[in-house]
Amino acid sequence: MDRSILLGPLLLRPLLLGPALIRPPLIRPPPARSHFRGGGFAPVAHRWIGAAVFVLLIALAEIGTRQGWITSLTLPRPSDVLETFGELYSSGLLWTHLSVSLMRLLVGAALGASFGVAVGVMIGLFSYVRAGLVPLTAALFPIPKIALLPLFVIWFGIDEGSKYALIAFGTFTPTVVATYGAVDNVDRSLIRMGQSFNLSWFSIVRKIVLPGAMPGILSGLRISLAIAIILLVAAEMLGAEHGIGAYILEAGSLYDLERLFAGVAILSLLGVGMSAVISLIERRLLNWRQ
Amino acid sequence: MDIRLSGVSHSYDDFEVLRDISLEIPSGRIVCIVGPSGCGKSTLLRFIGGLEQPSKGEVLQIGSPPADCLNPLTYIFQDFALLPWRSVRGNVSLVLEDHGIRGARAEAIITDVLTRTKLSDFANALPKQLSGGMKQRVAIARALAVNPAVMLMDEPLSALDSQTRELLMDDLISLWTRTPFTAVYVTHNLAEAVRLGHSIVVMSRRPGEIREVVHLDKPLDQRQYGDSDLEEQQKYLWQLMREEARAADAELVHV
Repeated sequence: MDRSILLGPLLLRPLLLGPALIRPPLIRPPPARSHFRGGGFAPVAHRWIGAAVFVLLIALAEIGTRQGWITSLTLPRPSDVLETFGELYSSGLLWTHLSVSLMRLLVGAALGASFGVAVGVMIGLFSYVRAGLVPLTAALFPIPKIALLPLFVIWFGIDEGSKYALIAFGTFTPTVVATYGAVDNVDRSLIRMGQSFNLSWFSIVRKIVLPGAMPGILSGLRISLAIAIILLVAAEMLGAEHGIGAYILEAGSLYDLERLFAGVAILSLLGVGMSAVISLIERRLLNWRQ
Repeated sequence: MDIRLSGVSHSYDDFEVLRDISLEIPSGRIVCIVGPSGCGKSTLLRFIGGLEQPSKGEVLQIGSPPADCLNPLTYIFQDFALLPWRSVRGNVSLVLEDHGIRGARAEAIITDVLTRTKLSDFANALPKQLSGGMKQRVAIARALAVNPAVMLMDEPLSALDSQTRELLMDDLISLWTRTPFTAVYVTHNLAEAVRLGHSIVVMSRRPGEIREVVHLDKPLDQRQYGDSDLEEQQKYLWQLMREEARAADAELVHV
């Protein structure tokens, strides 16, 4: 408690009351517990909440469509979607569509990501490469890659080639940007340490720069792979017999909402799966982080 | 191997940092360099180790380093500079791998240096699990592994709390007593300088010049925390530096 606040009236009192100075008893407030104000702003893991939100939304859709306040034109009944999915699975078509899609995704994303990491590291290490390629990357990044599909068809053929190229090209640019950013952010004092111990240039790159850039590269890969899934569907919509994208397009043109949603659900699961795989890699490779 | 600096001057553009530094670092001695912040003492250390080049003057190595020396001029940094993704053992083996030392030979060296720095039980720990003092001991172990002719220590204890600093000073003294090494020890802490230095180079504020070189004859292993003669020396050094430090503190940072 600030004493001067209590003293203030005491000092004034002689003026008001004249010489008869009477000290009033000091009134202390009762002790109060100090407030806790340091909470929040720290993410806490609540695993089940994410699942609960999904379950709640799906349950809402199910109840709505059953009771009729959601018409079947607006939203398919989740149980019907599940049934369609079951049919897809038992007819073996699921695997037909999924296998070609996964193949395209794997080849395209692997090509794009590995070239992207390689070019990104080069940009990070050599200032001439940086001067030459950073503006080019900036020019390529905002191009909607889907717009280039006709061009890719001419360059790489109407078959798988153009689809691989589209996905690879789409994953390439974000990977490049993430990678050279990550290389730039490697602790310079560690590189200086490597030099001071006479490590070779190649050793410094392999043992200090690359592991140091790994967290940034992996978080860039998360974004790149999501883009790869989007482009996969786009490529399959523009000319493919099989694949999740073709399946969704066909269902859409027939206004078969159950099949459309089944296809979309597969894509979502694919995205969740990809993200889980990257999390796993992160946990394995980056356990050294604080 | 001795080190001789002759007429080392340096300026960044027209900004003079060091002026005409001539200094002898004799083999088997610890030379401390003290001075107010920004006097260029860390820059001087980078010249000695060849991480930067002075604009004038030269750094000479006199005599050849011992035959089994892998990296004659070896640094110990203030921020430890450990690779966080490598274990204690991995951080030491990093500096051996490039010299083709692997397997049993590497294992022998690593075991030896970890024993000397009392880290044997922590060989597989990651840096994030270690305290600041232990991290710096790992860095010292890594430096010992290459058997350096001269250790270049850039404020090695400045990132540690004062108790840990005392413990590490004792460790450094016992390391030196067992096998004397040559070291250039840059610090702004005068207590460290009088405990560890055979000679103490006092620098002026920017542009850094040598103001005085103080020699201490008392053997390292007889110096204790709070010795009155060391306190006297420390007072003397502070009186040399006081005005410089005050003036340096009042200067604008030149970016």
